[in-house]
Amino acid sequence: MLNIDSIENGIVIDHITAGRGMRVYELLELHKLDTCVAIIKNARSSKFGRKDIIKIEGVLNIDLDVLGFIDNNATVCTILKGKLVEKKKPPLPEKLVNIISCKNPRCITSVEQVDQVFYLCDEKTHRYRCQYCEQEYKK
Amino acid sequence: MRHLIDPLDLTLAETERLLSLAEDILARPEAFSHACDGKILATLFYEPSTRTRLSFESAMMRLGGKTLGFASAENSSAAKGESVADTVRMVSGYADIVAMRHFKEGAPLVAAQYSKIPVINAGDGGHQHPTQTLTDLLTIRRRRGDINGVVIGLCGDLKFGRTVHSLIKSLVRYEEVSFVFISPEELRVPGYIIKEVVEPSGHPFREASTMEEVLPELDVLYMTRVQRERFFNEEDYVRLKDSFILTPEKLSLGKKDLAVMHPLPRVNEIAPQVDNDPRALYFEQARNGVFVRMALILALLGLAPEVWKGAKPC
Repeated sequence: MLNIDSIENGIVIDHITAGRGMRVYELLELHKLDTCVAIIKNARSSKFGRKDIIKIEGVLNIDLDVLGFIDNNATVCTILKGKLVEKKKPPLPEKLVNIISCKNPRCITSVEQVDQVFYLCDEKTHRYRCQYCEQEYKK
Repeated sequence: MRHLIDPLDLTLAETERLLSLAEDILARPEAFSHACDGKILATLFYEPSTRTRLSFESAMMRLGGKTLGFASAENSSAAKGESVADTVRMVSGYADIVAMRHFKEGAPLVAAQYSKIPVINAGDGGHQHPTQTLTDLLTIRRRRGDINGVVIGLCGDLKFGRTVHSLIKSLVRYEEVSFVFISPEELRVPGYIIKEVVEPSGHPFREASTMEEVLPELDVLYMTRVQRERFFNEEDYVRLKDSFILTPEKLSLGKKDLAVMHPLPRVNEIAPQVDNDPRALYFEQARNGVFVRMALILALLGLAPEVWKGAKPC
């Protein structure tokens, strides 16, 4: 059993779908932090069997907007002085910028170098549309 | 600064005031014949167009302004690989307003993000064609006096037709509108338009597979072209195409004040014998396009502040 220390002040992103931890790490640009960050892959989970966890020490102001899009199973826990002070599910972001790309070959983004912008068109079904051509994003 | 990229960029109130301005121009064109003296419209047409480009140019000329531009991508610096963003930044220094048609969907939105002058989407691929929508709305309003309460049948290619999708999106904002979608199975209105636009509006709608069964109840019959290339095989096309051709016999089932509309070009979906029927409005519709574009140019140039009333004009 691998042990990672608890954090004193920071954020724990728990219940990340197993295998998505690195993607979350990249999209949240955690590599830019100079504080201690741990990624735990395939941790045991009573709810899901396996899960990934990310622990970020010493930072509370990370832009987590994109997290709701990548993995809406995840839970964001804020830790202060070693205690859990807030636990929440990340909401779906209204807008995604340069997170996903439009696959419509007729879209201007296929030829022009512009930001890939998608907006949330249906919260219930988690569907996004390209800002330019309005084609729905399909994984 | 305002642009017109999507028909819904205009609120319902702004749309109605713009249509009122277009009607005013129609009634007394001489009063507007010098409204754009000294102004220049750039028509950046990356793909060929007859009606839209000519009507934009006609609109600007009737306002006393001048036009410059190109009529195909081959005749522009796009052929050398210049981006839309760079082209529009450059044109911002040459003209006062831009009308852009592009084969790539969303190109006018990119242009608007980089432009220092108002941009009008004159059609972007199979996506939007807002000035056609305004033209359609003006035609319905002139015929009926009011768009509220209209029973409209949209007939033909409802799957790929951008004019149809834009018109539906605009009409749902009016009251007591009823839709009848008349198309072959293969060319039905896309599911997302029904789910995200029509159903949430609460307006009644139904689908029909022949126009005869619904013609007597319609106030407006909006025809579109059923294109051979949309079908998987020739047999289906041959089997279905006649169901969506309007003939004098079928038209005899319609109301006396029915409005038959078509965004044009028409190929064979409306028999030429229908053209002389007073209910055939498609050529008048094309003419209305000039007046609605005149109104739009005035509004976007800040020369018709009454259109914006309270909103930020230019």
